[in-house]
Amino acid sequence: MSAEALTRRPIRPHKRARFQWLTYLLLLLAAVFFLLPVYLVLVTSLKVPSEINLASTWQLPSHWNWGSYATAWQAFAPKLRNSLFLAVVATAASALMGSMNGYILSKWRFPGANIVFPLMLFGMFIPYQSILIPLFQFLRDIGLYGSLWGLILTHVVYGLPITTLIFRNFYAEIPDEMIEAARIDGAGFFGIYSRIVFPLSISGFVVVIIWQFTQIWNEFLFAVTLTRQSTQPITVALAQLAGGEAVNWNLPMAGAVLAALPTLIIYIVLGRYFIRGLLAGSVKG
Amino acid sequence: MKLTRDRVTAILMLLPTVVLLAIFVYGFIGRTFYVSLSNWGQDQTQALALHPKLKFVGFKNYSDLFTSFLETRFRQDLVNTFFFTVLFLAGCLGLGLGLAVLLDRNVKGEGLFRTIFLFPFALAFIVTGTIWRWMLQPQGGINILPTLIGLPRIRFGWLTSRVQVLRFDWNALPFALGLVIAIALALLAWRGYRRGRGLGPTLAAVGASLALLWTLTLGRTSHPLPYRELHGFNLAFIGIIIAAVWQMSGYTMALYLAGLRGIPEELREAARVDGASEWQLYRHVILPLLGPISLSAMIILGHISLKIFDLVFAMTGPDNAPTDVPALLMYLRSFRANQFAQGAAIAMVLLVMVAAVIVPYLYTSLRGEVRR
Repeated sequence: MSAEALTRRPIRPHKRARFQWLTYLLLLLAAVFFLLPVYLVLVTSLKVPSEINLASTWQLPSHWNWGSYATAWQAFAPKLRNSLFLAVVATAASALMGSMNGYILSKWRFPGANIVFPLMLFGMFIPYQSILIPLFQFLRDIGLYGSLWGLILTHVVYGLPITTLIFRNFYAEIPDEMIEAARIDGAGFFGIYSRIVFPLSISGFVVVIIWQFTQIWNEFLFAVTLTRQSTQPITVALAQLAGGEAVNWNLPMAGAVLAALPTLIIYIVLGRYFIRGLLAGSVKG
Repeated sequence: MKLTRDRVTAILMLLPTVVLLAIFVYGFIGRTFYVSLSNWGQDQTQALALHPKLKFVGFKNYSDLFTSFLETRFRQDLVNTFFFTVLFLAGCLGLGLGLAVLLDRNVKGEGLFRTIFLFPFALAFIVTGTIWRWMLQPQGGINILPTLIGLPRIRFGWLTSRVQVLRFDWNALPFALGLVIAIALALLAWRGYRRGRGLGPTLAAVGASLALLWTLTLGRTSHPLPYRELHGFNLAFIGIIIAAVWQMSGYTMALYLAGLRGIPEELREAARVDGASEWQLYRHVILPLLGPISLSAMIILGHISLKIFDLVFAMTGPDNAPTDVPALLMYLRSFRANQFAQGAAIAMVLLVMVAAVIVPYLYTSLRGEVRR
């Protein structure tokens, strides 16, 4: 299933104009449901703390207080840097390894692959609670507990099933004849990968990178159990700030915007690839 | 198949991934299972040791979870997960299908609507939770929204409510479960006989009779607890379900929309020529064709909802008992209370629930692939 399938409009000889106003009404109502929280977040984040009370929640601020963002930025900048470093490194590593795995699993079928591949895939569905205690012990034993590198290693390993799956399905589209022809020309395992497969992988990489970056940026369970104060990613910092009782709500709201912006921008700019990733991440083949 | 040098290289290049996943997935699951059979945490002198001496206690941690009066919270967590999953699935599939059908009716600005419905999927559950926690404050947010157009305000304590509905006795579960299994097997057998396929239906029929027999005899008197213990649906979950549906229904819409776009126009035309009304067209032609999509959406969303953790953490904090779930309890037991053995047992129960959903899914979708 591809994103094109979702965006292409079918030809409709019969336009059904009856009830079309109802269609728009329902769509608008749904759009309000989806956008109300956005309005509330923006409005709250732009109020001064003294102006935020529950009764006037929905009113616009009397004057725009951009200070919330400055304060939130100050508090969150190191955490955002952690998240960025974590997401970039772990995404790059898991994408590269996934590409190699996908190439092998789609073009170098070997006996037993039909058993190995599903066993690999199962790893992306498990509740990570079921590996968390040994993982915690393991990282502590090798001295990576609390460091970003421990979290990176974790995300690379548990990212491998999905990156492998997406690349495997992606490379299945490359005709085997092309590989065969290159082999007759004398290209070996790495030659075929670097001269034929890799150059054709650009959009595959875009899909995988977007997917992995979003997942890792948004992840919480590993982040909250495997890091210390100084290595916290943004999700943990935001949960802590919002979880505190005596807090001015403009700060968590501004923080939520900061935490959401990177993945939102990716979604809006590269939506096509984003959708392709989410279809690939759920529906096999 | 010849073992060329290239083929050996290929296997060697795949090896790191295979080894890593073998250790980090299967090795670690095995280790968690081992921990769940131990007493790690109960012996305070060993709880925080770097390499604690573990004593083997068999399945005690598991039987405690289901029958000890100290573990009421875990049983309520299972009930919470059940209701959360059912309502979350119903919300996502209903809203997702509705939006997809609406968008498929040749609307202007379809791309914009699609972007609006799908953007929450790009957010972290933590972000969604933070936002909706503010939306659902008892004295503000959603509750005073009606006052903007002159209606009385809502007085529901979204996340703080302590009200429990649909209560039932935990001791009634063996009987109820036995009955459900018997009915499911009987249905399976009936469907199998109508298609007339081999040994399967007979086996299912035998299974159904055995389940029914057990339910009506032992099942009626088998009580896991020596006293009545009431569980039910905590209304405090409604807000969390709304937030979860807000985040995930756009994704369901995308799945359905891709499915709708895959149905050839000729098929719809043919149905219309045959005199089908728009309603009949959807009821008898389009919805049946979307069946497989509903199934995979249910599996993907279902396994997410069984594992739900971050959203609850962000909306009510980790310590709010009425909105607790097993994934959260595992975290608290293991990493706050250092009761690692209990945490591991909860994790294994969670794994079994997820595997029951995912393994058949992987099996059927990959088997279909090989055949193709």
